[in-house]
Amino acid sequence: MDMQELIDPFARLIEDICTPAAIRAVEAAGDSAPMWQAFADSGFLDALVQEDAGGAGLSLADAAPLIALLGHYAVPLPVGDTMVARALLAAAGAELPDGPIAIATGSGAVPFGGVAAHILSGSPDAPVVTKAQTEPTGVHHDADAYAPAVDGRALRPVSAVLRALLISGAAGRVMDMTVAYANERSQFGKPIGKQQAVQQQLSVLAEQAVAARIAAAIGARSGLSPRLADAAVAKHGASLAAGQVAAIAHAVHGAIGISEEYDLQLLTRRLHGWRLADGSEGYWAGVLGELRAAAPAMATADFIRAA
Amino acid sequence: MFETLTLSALPPEDEALRPALRALIAEAIAELPTNRRARSWQGFDASFSRKLGQAGYLGLSLPKEYGGVGRGPFTRFVVVEELLSAGAPVAGHWIADRQSGPLIRHYGTEEQRQFYLPRISKGEALFCIGMSEPGSGSDLASVRSRADRQEDGSWLLNGQKIWTTNAMHSDYMIALVRTSGTSGDRQSGLSQLIVDLKLPGITIRPIVDLTGDAHFAEVFFDNVRLAPDALIGEEGQGWKQVTAELAFERSGPERIYSSVVLIDAWVRHLDAVGRKDSATLRLVGSLTAQLAVLREMSLAVTARLVAGESPVVEASLMKDLGTGFEQAVPQLIGDDLASHPDEAVDAELYRTLLYVTHIAPSFSLRGGTREILRGLIARGLGLR
Repeated sequence: MDMQELIDPFARLIEDICTPAAIRAVEAAGDSAPMWQAFADSGFLDALVQEDAGGAGLSLADAAPLIALLGHYAVPLPVGDTMVARALLAAAGAELPDGPIAIATGSGAVPFGGVAAHILSGSPDAPVVTKAQTEPTGVHHDADAYAPAVDGRALRPVSAVLRALLISGAAGRVMDMTVAYANERSQFGKPIGKQQAVQQQLSVLAEQAVAARIAAAIGARSGLSPRLADAAVAKHGASLAAGQVAAIAHAVHGAIGISEEYDLQLLTRRLHGWRLADGSEGYWAGVLGELRAAAPAMATADFIRAA
Repeated sequence: MFETLTLSALPPEDEALRPALRALIAEAIAELPTNRRARSWQGFDASFSRKLGQAGYLGLSLPKEYGGVGRGPFTRFVVVEELLSAGAPVAGHWIADRQSGPLIRHYGTEEQRQFYLPRISKGEALFCIGMSEPGSGSDLASVRSRADRQEDGSWLLNGQKIWTTNAMHSDYMIALVRTSGTSGDRQSGLSQLIVDLKLPGITIRPIVDLTGDAHFAEVFFDNVRLAPDALIGEEGQGWKQVTAELAFERSGPERIYSSVVLIDAWVRHLDAVGRKDSATLRLVGSLTAQLAVLREMSLAVTARLVAGESPVVEASLMKDLGTGFEQAVPQLIGDDLASHPDEAVDAELYRTLLYVTHIAPSFSLRGGTREILRGLIARGLGLR
């Protein structure tokens, strides 16, 4: 299948139902049911479910651009998480529940936990669905929430890859927005993007956005049971980029960037949350370091090729 | 933006080159201490370059009819990765293999191809590139060295190049010089000439760097008479040709692996002293993870070369990110080792660390400075 035949309609769907106003309404604890229903009706929630279980049977690498779009448009519901959860549940022969599913992999805030009907924990082979009983984080307009008393640490690698893909989509959008703003905003009689100091910053932003995308793709290449090293490289790289991309974008935007009415914050708040979710860059550096240190005689170039 | 950069797999037939190449490399580096291997692509050994040529590891992307191997940039990626990972002395053939050969193939006349390419592929014609001058560094378009066409079609070359890597070991220089107009004409009026460095009127003086090595030189041209066929490509198109050449120069594995010999030596040290605390493992993992992403990015740019494109902006992005990593490595490893003052550090590891620390500024100077590259990326983003 030509993936573009899926990507374009998915992008149009999201643009229609996840307008900035609709996103803000969901974040302000409004009714998310119509938005969710549109995703459910689209059939995309079963993109990763194998074909004999009624899904589209896409690999995670195939579906990577779809998941990145969810980040790109700052979709406020766990659409990517539900795609992964439904595929794992279907593969395990479990029943697929209706409604949004968030994935809990640690004791920190669960991405989209506050807007989920169910929480997935357990392991990729033995996933467990429980009714979402979450506690708000108290962070302004946060869709994330705590989900106490579940253990999903075995889901951390696949969830980390999912998060890396979301980061890569959001980072790419932030790059586009920031470049456009630098070309529009005029100071000292010319667009600020003509200033070398600003250009140098935007170049670093672009490098990090591309690095995040490549890192996420490394994670997605080994599927719904990613190799540990691939997941580590993916989430380390994406998280490392997330912080820098958000910081440069806000620096270039100036005060308007931190205002609620301007859309940049919809993306940068997610970048920060996703950076911390499912293990930060430091966590995954530790995981990869342990694997690397176990083969000290191996050249680093050989290790990363084999990883 | 930059969406053409995607994960790309190396063809299995290229991967298959590794074992035989490794045997050849192992022999060449057997006697080299770690700090010499850390010279990376600045280590010079003409006999090793010839051996690589004889064994068919040079001229990989050049057609067989010109003595090349008839493969492509992916093949070169594999070979270069093996050479750099091991710290093999590759400086002799480096520039000819990486950019002079492809340049001559692309812009050269049939006679020039027949004359130079077979010897480049054998590691017998060593090249340097004459770009910088005393008054022209990042502002390359301001070069003043000048070649004037004589009535008989020959060229009279006068001027000076500086910071020319490996000039004293090279047979030829491909020089960017002015062939018409004045330096005020900037990019127009520049041409590339192949200069036989044995000709009368040429003086080459090696320049010693802060590590004690002399890998670059200044080159003086005093009424050097060049044959009519010294011109490579079109007269006046030198700038365009140089720009295309820089895409080859900026994207390869040499922009991510310059500090990798140090990383490997440090990992072995950690194992030897049994240090496995979480802060140490995080640093090991962070460097490994960054290198894994950079390698895929470099491979992605290589795939654009394979597709016949000239990915100038992508290569700049790759080089800036890669050299930033290469420069961070000695800082971080230095801090790690010196954070454990009661842990014995082998003198060879220390020499390697300090060599890489001292030479690291060059990583983001050679082949275009960080600031110039970021300017190119900004142009690619539509900011200028």
